[in-house]
Amino acid sequence: MTDMPPDAPIAPPPKSRMRLALESDVFYTFRRSPVAVISALVVLVLVLSSVLAPWIAPTNPFDPSSLNLMNGFTPPMEPNAFTGETFLLGTDDQGRDVFSTILYGMRISLFVGVAAVTFAMILGITLGLISGYVGGWLETIIMRTADVQLTFPSILVAMLIFGIAKGVTPVEYRDQMAIWVLILAIGLSDWVQFARVVRGATLVEKNKEYVQAARLIGRTPGAIMLRHILPNVLSPVLVIATISLALAIIAEATLSFLGVGAPPTQPSLGTLIRIGQGFLFSGEWWILFFPACTLLALALSVNLLGDWLRDALNPRLR
Amino acid sequence: MSKTVLSIRDFCVEIPTRHGIVRPVDGVSYDIHEGEILGVVGESGAGKSMAGNAVIDLLSPPAHVASGEIWLNGQRIDQLKGEAMRKLRGKEIGMVFQDPLTSLNPLLRIGDQLVETMQTHLNLSDSQARKRAVAALEEVGIPGAAERVNSYPHEFSGGMRQRVVIALALCAEPSLIIADEPTTALDVSVQAQIIALLKRLCRERGTAVMLITHDMGVIAEATDRVAVMYAGRLAELGPVEQVLTRPQHPYTHGLMASTPLASAGKDRLHQIPGAMPRLDAVPDGCAFHPRCPRATEVCRRPPPPKVENGLAACWHPLVEEEKVL
Repeated sequence: MTDMPPDAPIAPPPKSRMRLALESDVFYTFRRSPVAVISALVVLVLVLSSVLAPWIAPTNPFDPSSLNLMNGFTPPMEPNAFTGETFLLGTDDQGRDVFSTILYGMRISLFVGVAAVTFAMILGITLGLISGYVGGWLETIIMRTADVQLTFPSILVAMLIFGIAKGVTPVEYRDQMAIWVLILAIGLSDWVQFARVVRGATLVEKNKEYVQAARLIGRTPGAIMLRHILPNVLSPVLVIATISLALAIIAEATLSFLGVGAPPTQPSLGTLIRIGQGFLFSGEWWILFFPACTLLALALSVNLLGDWLRDALNPRLR
Repeated sequence: MSKTVLSIRDFCVEIPTRHGIVRPVDGVSYDIHEGEILGVVGESGAGKSMAGNAVIDLLSPPAHVASGEIWLNGQRIDQLKGEAMRKLRGKEIGMVFQDPLTSLNPLLRIGDQLVETMQTHLNLSDSQARKRAVAALEEVGIPGAAERVNSYPHEFSGGMRQRVVIALALCAEPSLIIADEPTTALDVSVQAQIIALLKRLCRERGTAVMLITHDMGVIAEATDRVAVMYAGRLAELGPVEQVLTRPQHPYTHGLMASTPLASAGKDRLHQIPGAMPRLDAVPDGCAFHPRCPRATEVCRRPPPPKVENGLAACWHPLVEEEKVL
């Protein structure tokens, strides 16, 4: 820099990462899309309130000492006929505060969803990278397995895996393990999408010259896949991960609704809906209605966010 | 004569296809010495790049080396496999690709790419490697190198990117650089700078260069010796001045005559009649004979003599008196 003429333009000072992120195209399209902003806010509120559930919820629905059976079936915002207590969203048959159970249930739904997608992502990316980069019989085995799995509805695959896993775990651990088995089942039913997308993108990237250059300087195939190809195929993965998250939350709710998912001791939104459904026709609508609305809001906003992300990261759709 | 860096002996690359085996490189031999730039010219599909890729073992299957030998610094490398090959080719051979837009990883800062390359082969600490990365960028003429190491490839222009690629090829101090049409994607003024840069750096370091191109201007500008390839075979090999001004092979002569010159006036540009044969239908004898103005009966049958001692692979080489150019 010293030998530059004095009148040379001075380079602007390097910008901080935060600044770069705020000035990026992606953030610009985000600000300009009301749908994206609103769904992001909804997701943020839901995630925060479920994470902070122990501090927000008026009662701990899993602490039997805090329950009063006399409070059972209190309608929302009405004082209970016996105790005179009022509950924001009413109570269920056990006298549990519905608002609190929703906050705690959402925790489990979100945890299972995020963990299942993470698991599916890791599995799918690994298998997709390997089959795209290495090719040959390995690719054939992986991708044909994926094709076969795609011929089954994913909820059936998840139920199958759940059933098998439940069969092999000892009875005394079943309730404890249920959440993990659920994650495994949903994750295994969802990896195919990731593997297909990553494989396709890898096939494109591996023929680019920078990959050849990396091979030439003697990097190992593993290092090339992780350091050079993986970062370049991540943006479609991000989109699928978001949409898969909504699907995983719904899948978890479906399984729990069918009674094969989260146990009543750790109820997720799906479990709450299953429980509430029993009271629908006897007039206690709120036990079903509010968990269902929460699930709807959560899945819808995550999905809309995923749609926006897909458009934002795809230059051809802009 | 100085040390031989790369030596290719009677080298064949084969690709099995539905219609039988084709040979994109067929019995080619040449040497490259320390500090020398060897130009490899020919039409598209003549096997120039195939030969280059074969040297660095980047042939994509089903193409494979069928026979012949490759020697690098006195060591035979064509039979090395896996780990040994990876170590050697990365250390001793650098590559400059045609398109600087795709030869850098778009998501890595160029400094990181330089550091990665150096640390793979040289035993350097992070800070040493950083320093050398900056030095390497300065050497290829990137202004403000100390700041530019932290830039991403998209923040550079095409010519600047090609400079980075050259820095990348040279930073592990290889003894050979293979430059596969390094200037084809650049505009003419940048082209001249890049060629001059490559030339200067290789002279200074004594690095041997295999410069693959179809641009006669680049050949005349940069190289010491030229290998002319036709249909996978070597047609002529000699000092650049001799090949360009006194070609012996009728093909080289035709190639020279079809090079547009600003000074040549408005006459129609010379063409070599016909097209290069498909690789699955290379004629017997001399591959060039169907297009050759000097072809006779002898050209159809036995293969022409191999390129040797400055003589072209031709039964009827052009001799001094017949120069047309």
